[in-house]
Amino acid sequence: MGDDGKGDGMKVRGLEDLKKLREEGLTRIYPDQVKITVGMATCGISAGANRVYEAIREGIEKEKLSIILAKSGCLGFCQREPLVDVWRPGFPRIIYEEMTPEKGVELLGEIFNGGLKKEWALCRMEEEVLFFEDEPLRYKIESGLEDRDAIPLYQDVGFYRKQLKIALRNCGYIDPESIEDYIARGGYFTLYKVLNEMKPEEIIEEAKRSGLRGRGGAGFPTGRKWESCRRAEGDKRYVVCNADEGDPGAYMDRSVLEGDPHSVLEGMLIGAYAIGAHEGYIYVRNEYPLAVKNMGTAIKKAEEMGLLGEDILGSGFDFTIKINRGGGAFVAGESTALMASIEGYVAEPRAKHIHTVESGLWDRPTNLNNVETWANVPVIVEKGADWYNKIGTEGSKGTKIFSLVGKINNTGLIEVPMGMTLREVIYDIGEGIPEGKQFKAVQTGGPSGGCIPDKLLDLPVDFDELTKVGSMMGSGGMIVMDESTCMVDVAKYFTDFLKDESCGKCTSCRDGTLRMYEILDNITKGKGKEGDIELLEELAWVTAEASLCALGQTAPNPVLSTIRYFRDEYEAHIRDKKCPAKVCNELLTFTIDPEACIACLKCKKLCPVEAITGEKKVPHEIDQSICIKCGTCREVCPVDAVRVE
Amino acid sequence: MADKEMVRFAIDGQEVEAEKGTMLLPVALEYGFEIPHLCYHEAVSPYGACRLCLVEVTKRGRTRLTTSCNYPVDEGIDVTTDSEDIQRARRMILELLLARAPHSERIKKLAYEAGIKETRFSLMDVGDCILCGLCERVCREVVGADAISFISRGDKRDVGPPFADPIACIACGACVYICPTDCIKMEERGDERTIVKWNRTLKMQECKSCGKPFAPLFQLNWIIDKVNLPKDFYDLCPVCRAGR
Ligand SMILES: Cc1cc2nc3c(=O)[nH]c(=O)nc-3n(C[C@H](O)[C@H](O)[C@H](O)COP(=O)(O)O)c2cc1C
Ligand code: SF4
Ligand code: SF4
Ligand code: FES
Repeated sequence: MGDDGKGDGMKVRGLEDLKKLREEGLTRIYPDQVKITVGMATCGISAGANRVYEAIREGIEKEKLSIILAKSGCLGFCQREPLVDVWRPGFPRIIYEEMTPEKGVELLGEIFNGGLKKEWALCRMEEEVLFFEDEPLRYKIESGLEDRDAIPLYQDVGFYRKQLKIALRNCGYIDPESIEDYIARGGYFTLYKVLNEMKPEEIIEEAKRSGLRGRGGAGFPTGRKWESCRRAEGDKRYVVCNADEGDPGAYMDRSVLEGDPHSVLEGMLIGAYAIGAHEGYIYVRNEYPLAVKNMGTAIKKAEEMGLLGEDILGSGFDFTIKINRGGGAFVAGESTALMASIEGYVAEPRAKHIHTVESGLWDRPTNLNNVETWANVPVIVEKGADWYNKIGTEGSKGTKIFSLVGKINNTGLIEVPMGMTLREVIYDIGEGIPEGKQFKAVQTGGPSGGCIPDKLLDLPVDFDELTKVGSMMGSGGMIVMDESTCMVDVAKYFTDFLKDESCGKCTSCRDGTLRMYEILDNITKGKGKEGDIELLEELAWVTAEASLCALGQTAPNPVLSTIRYFRDEYEAHIRDKKCPAKVCNELLTFTIDPEACIACLKCKKLCPVEAITGEKKVPHEIDQSICIKCGTCREVCPVDAVRVE
Repeated sequence: MADKEMVRFAIDGQEVEAEKGTMLLPVALEYGFEIPHLCYHEAVSPYGACRLCLVEVTKRGRTRLTTSCNYPVDEGIDVTTDSEDIQRARRMILELLLARAPHSERIKKLAYEAGIKETRFSLMDVGDCILCGLCERVCREVVGADAISFISRGDKRDVGPPFADPIACIACGACVYICPTDCIKMEERGDERTIVKWNRTLKMQECKSCGKPFAPLFQLNWIIDKVNLPKDFYDLCPVCRAGR
């Protein structure tokens, strides 16, 4: 083994080798020449980063510029992507937003002339926080660049100001395919310390005292889980990383895997050593090709360098990791279903009267943690439990990554200390609701989370507080809704997802979610009856109480939370056959405002039942006796002349 | 797992004893407690799908609703088989099941006993199948043919031969026997047997002595192959063989 042609010379045997790699990494990250980095995580790529990268590459080639071009992960501000990051010795690092291929080429000229191109800049960085150093890394900046002040500092940008990036510490800063980059920012030094100076029990103690709770949703204390697994009887133990991330719209785990895969590997290595496991699995959903690729590269590099495999760092500790690709069902992220899937069976949950830490994969003690949980581990062990447990709230320590989406000005991935209020997240980081609209609710926790109304905006966000108000932390989805959202429609949307994604085993979950969906569908179509709310509540109770796994147990949250905070909206639909948010077409009357109508014939042509009369220059009109309330006219009208009541 | 460890615990206040790790439902039934159940059968492993066998278990001071068919018994647990919450859950589960299997006598009876006369939900056109999975388990675990499986998830979940091709079904009828809602029908016409739900028709072996068809030829060859029996082992029907 190990003879891959490169010889043993590449193996990292001790601290000196690590330090040497760090030097290499530092010159890669901060070369003494110009370096341009394009954010090329999936979010960047879907915003067009590939084309920007190519244009810059061609520009550099054509002009024979001595500029290094590199790729990095995601800096979180997905809305402003493609992001291009320019490093120039003597300059602040400048991050340019909303780049295009043309702008990329133009930027090359500007760089050549020593300009800043302030108007395209999102922010500048003059220092970086490194968790593994006491002092931030300050860039040396030449004098005579005073006009840089026109570009806001990174830490003054609203979106970033209140963030604290622990799990995301390297995303956007390093080339995820370079192990040297990771080592340059302190990576694998903790592993070295762990393997050489710490006993497994000490690490478990540290994890317990840190207060770290699992980021996969349930918030189970990580240290306690490790301890149970270490103590469980078995000839072999496994550690597993849950990277199934089945919540639609959530991509925190993807971002970590794509942007900083070694942080997960190092976390798993430390955990495995603490637990006494020598084999690990990373279960990644199939729809994450870039995450699989970057993680695959990371594993290969770590193996080549002796950071995975046998006798790691010369300590005698062995550990290997395999990637397992999941089929993409939401329920496959549930711990027992995930393990069934790794074993080659259908991903279906089973009863957990015997815990997986005692009998998991192939009936052996198995410790499962989420991507984000693992990524936190090296920092916790390096900085110590007492450093970590000062961040966050009494019951929830540290930070949490959220994907902030919906009706909000700044969308993207954010990492904030536990206990930050919803108001701070939405109004400071998210910078409020667009188009001057009113905030209505925020849905947290993924599809089976709950909707939280404005009167609870000052709620500190942590595991227990979110549960108390009828929602949950889940994986960290956060969808902001404004006044134009119908809460019954929202409940229906999530219940529809859950009824499709239930594995279908339990009567209560399969038929419970289906029947809740049917009732909600009826209500939004004007067919709601007295007693529907009570029947929904009864179905919700049974679904939660009688179902086997957490999918069924939490599936009623969307229904229950919207009934709890927006009961009047349900009643308006059922009793008055009205949708206050004017979303449910069947409950609306469509009319055309003759003052606003520009008589363009668009709606007339597209109405499927020819209910609209009018011709050029004659304002159009809708014949209510023919209208089937499909809403097409409202959607297509270029001047919003279609009124609804 | 060498020697049997016995544990003592209480069901509805009565002290009972059982081997540690056995499932609670069979123990309770053995002791004469009545717990309605649909997806449990002693011939196959427990699965926990119908959710009807709910009981309340108190363990280390914590009480929760749990299915009894797949709950391994433990020293000192306190089991309640008939609380208000249990009845409340049972009623809704039966109401849900009644909408799936409105023709099933067993479901109708259980529902009636729980006070449910009709269901508020629209009836489903699923041929009375409640997706209990007994047919799948008996076929896989007992018969060993593994001819049927669950298909799809959520409200589209179904049970049947994979890719709608019953190629592995030996038409033995074990699923017909075990199905709690009688929704798997078996028909015998002349020398052919059909398992209607799986759309499988097989020729029957005729007894070389009395001439009566007695079992699917495919099944007999399958057993001969599997257990390595002499080729002429099934020439006679069981009656003629016994009388020989
Ligand atoms: C339906 C369902 C889906 C889940 N999906 C995920 C997932 O995608 N990723 C994840 O880490 N945990 C998921 N979980 C939670 C896992 O079951 C498990 O609690 C978690 O992976 C444990 O890791 P942690 O302790 O680090 O949170 C899911 C749970 C349920 C019930
Ligand atoms: S609760 Fe739902 S998802 Fe979980 S096992 Fe039961 S049917 Fe499957
Ligand atoms: S066919 Fe019968 S035995 Fe099979 S799952 Fe349906 S109800 Fe159960
Ligand atoms: S008999 Fe226990 S869940 Fe069906």
